[in-house]
Amino acid sequence: MGQSAMIQTSGTGKPRRLHRGPGRALRTHGAFYLMLFIPLVYFAIFKYGPLVNAQIAFKDFMALDGVWGSPWVGLKNFGTFFSSIYFWELLRNTLGLSLGKLVLGLPLAVLLAIALNESSLRRWKHFAQTVAYLPHFLSWVVMYGVLLLLLSPDEGLLNEIAKALGGKETNFLQDPTWYPIVVILSDIWKETGWSAIIYLAAMTGIDTGLYEAAEVEGATRVQRIVHITLPGIRDVVITIALLRLGTILDAGFHQIFMTYSVPVYSTGDIIDTWVYRQGILDFQFGLATAVGLFKGLIGLGLVWTFNRIARRYADAGLF
Amino acid sequence: MRKIKSGDEFVFQIVMNGILALVLALMILPLWRVFILSVTPFKYIDSSFGLFVNPLRWTSEAYAQFLSHPSFLHAFRNSLIIMFGGLAINLFMTVPMAYALSVRSLPGRRALNFVAMVPYLFNPGLIPSYLVVTGLGLQDNLLAVMIPGAIGVANMFIMRNFFMEIPMDFMEAARIDGASELFILFRVVLPLSVPIMLTIGLFYAVGHWNEFFTPILYLNDANLQPLPVLLRNILMGLNTNEYVEYDTFSQVSIQSLKAASIFITMLPMMMVYPWIQKHFVKGSLAGGIKG
Repeated sequence: MGQSAMIQTSGTGKPRRLHRGPGRALRTHGAFYLMLFIPLVYFAIFKYGPLVNAQIAFKDFMALDGVWGSPWVGLKNFGTFFSSIYFWELLRNTLGLSLGKLVLGLPLAVLLAIALNESSLRRWKHFAQTVAYLPHFLSWVVMYGVLLLLLSPDEGLLNEIAKALGGKETNFLQDPTWYPIVVILSDIWKETGWSAIIYLAAMTGIDTGLYEAAEVEGATRVQRIVHITLPGIRDVVITIALLRLGTILDAGFHQIFMTYSVPVYSTGDIIDTWVYRQGILDFQFGLATAVGLFKGLIGLGLVWTFNRIARRYADAGLF
Repeated sequence: MRKIKSGDEFVFQIVMNGILALVLALMILPLWRVFILSVTPFKYIDSSFGLFVNPLRWTSEAYAQFLSHPSFLHAFRNSLIIMFGGLAINLFMTVPMAYALSVRSLPGRRALNFVAMVPYLFNPGLIPSYLVVTGLGLQDNLLAVMIPGAIGVANMFIMRNFFMEIPMDFMEAARIDGASELFILFRVVLPLSVPIMLTIGLFYAVGHWNEFFTPILYLNDANLQPLPVLLRNILMGLNTNEYVEYDTFSQVSIQSLKAASIFITMLPMMMVYPWIQKHFVKGSLAGGIKG
């Protein structure tokens, strides 16, 4: 696999790579196929294996009969889910929490990026940026701990303050009205700094000549933000929003798995957590897989659609 | 005219830096409270909203207790194994795949990209993957936590895009000198890819350190649980019995113990990411935008 396999010396003494012609692919690129071998075996087992197992969505899965031996039941599992009382509630919670995070979180991330971009105090700005990224690297277990020490009725800061002011305590994490608010705000707390990165990068890409020209024309800083910065990052914002809409059915499984409890199922239970309980805790493998498959298919359609829109939009926006 | 402008500028800077100060305060305050609670002795726990501690009366008892507890030592060891072992597996699998797919002349490259893309776009959910892992008999084996996510498809494509940006001349020159592809990967490509290796490495490592769901899913043996699962059990009061026993001998409240364990669990990540920050800002953008 040395020189002779990769290179052919032509008459002029100039080396030329051999990559055309049938049968030579393996000789010229053998090393690369070798590198791909273990990863492809991994893909076959851990990425395509689940696709094969997904057939139990159409079966009455019995552990003893296995994936292949269990009897087919057609669309029965899907029917069970669609006609169950949970369907609309799960869909509403999933979409509501997801959209809430997007609609509230995105403008805040843009605002943070603008503040970072405009601040003229370098070291302070760098420090603020570093701190703002921090929560992104924390696990939802840690976040749950922080939330407990802030919100729980007996040890939470907010309740201590409320009680000191003569109010009464609220169990924010176990109250169905408060729970979605806690989910959305804690996600924003965790991810806003991280999401701001991409907007900040888009801002540094804006032609500085535009700002100089505006300054000469006497535009105020606010006018420069409104007329130069915001239009300059518009494409990026819209692209990100569209891509996020593509994964709208992912409402934050780890977050909710970690923080929810029976009292808040009515407003906090999402498709993923329901699938976990049905499948892993109640052994309804067929039903849980059907719901997961349903979510996967809708997700695929959404990602594909919004990707296309984003691509078309970016093209239209750029030319 | 000039004066008005600079006055304008002054107010503007106050507003912008004020926003940053507000964001910072909101970020730091909850974490500050966790820290203060972790060092507050039992009898003072109800004063000052847990935002201040008398500098003469703080205690590191909660840390001493948590750090010397046998379940911490087990969990910490498991977390280290999962993070470093998992990271090694991630890189061993992701780097060669990304490098091979970055070779533009590779016959079948389009098909291979497609093969990598399909599972990324279509996810059949939890149960089918669960059946794969349990079908291999990996329950109660740390490999069940490390192997299933060996290649993150997004990470792999980000890395591939980075490799594709490296001018081909570098690789061609080495090939002409008779270097093997493995040699080229290690001696030419990787030294030029430090930012992306640090970025992706950090993403993987953080993911392993923070992982609590797959350990809960696949590891029933309490001795195999990593740190986040131990923290979860402490927070949810699932095994506080052990800790309550401890409590009778000490000056430390359950609250301080919770706070200390939260702090210990997040500390390693807090210490690592700022050093890699400048790379991941660059690295994640390099691949991210072109996706």
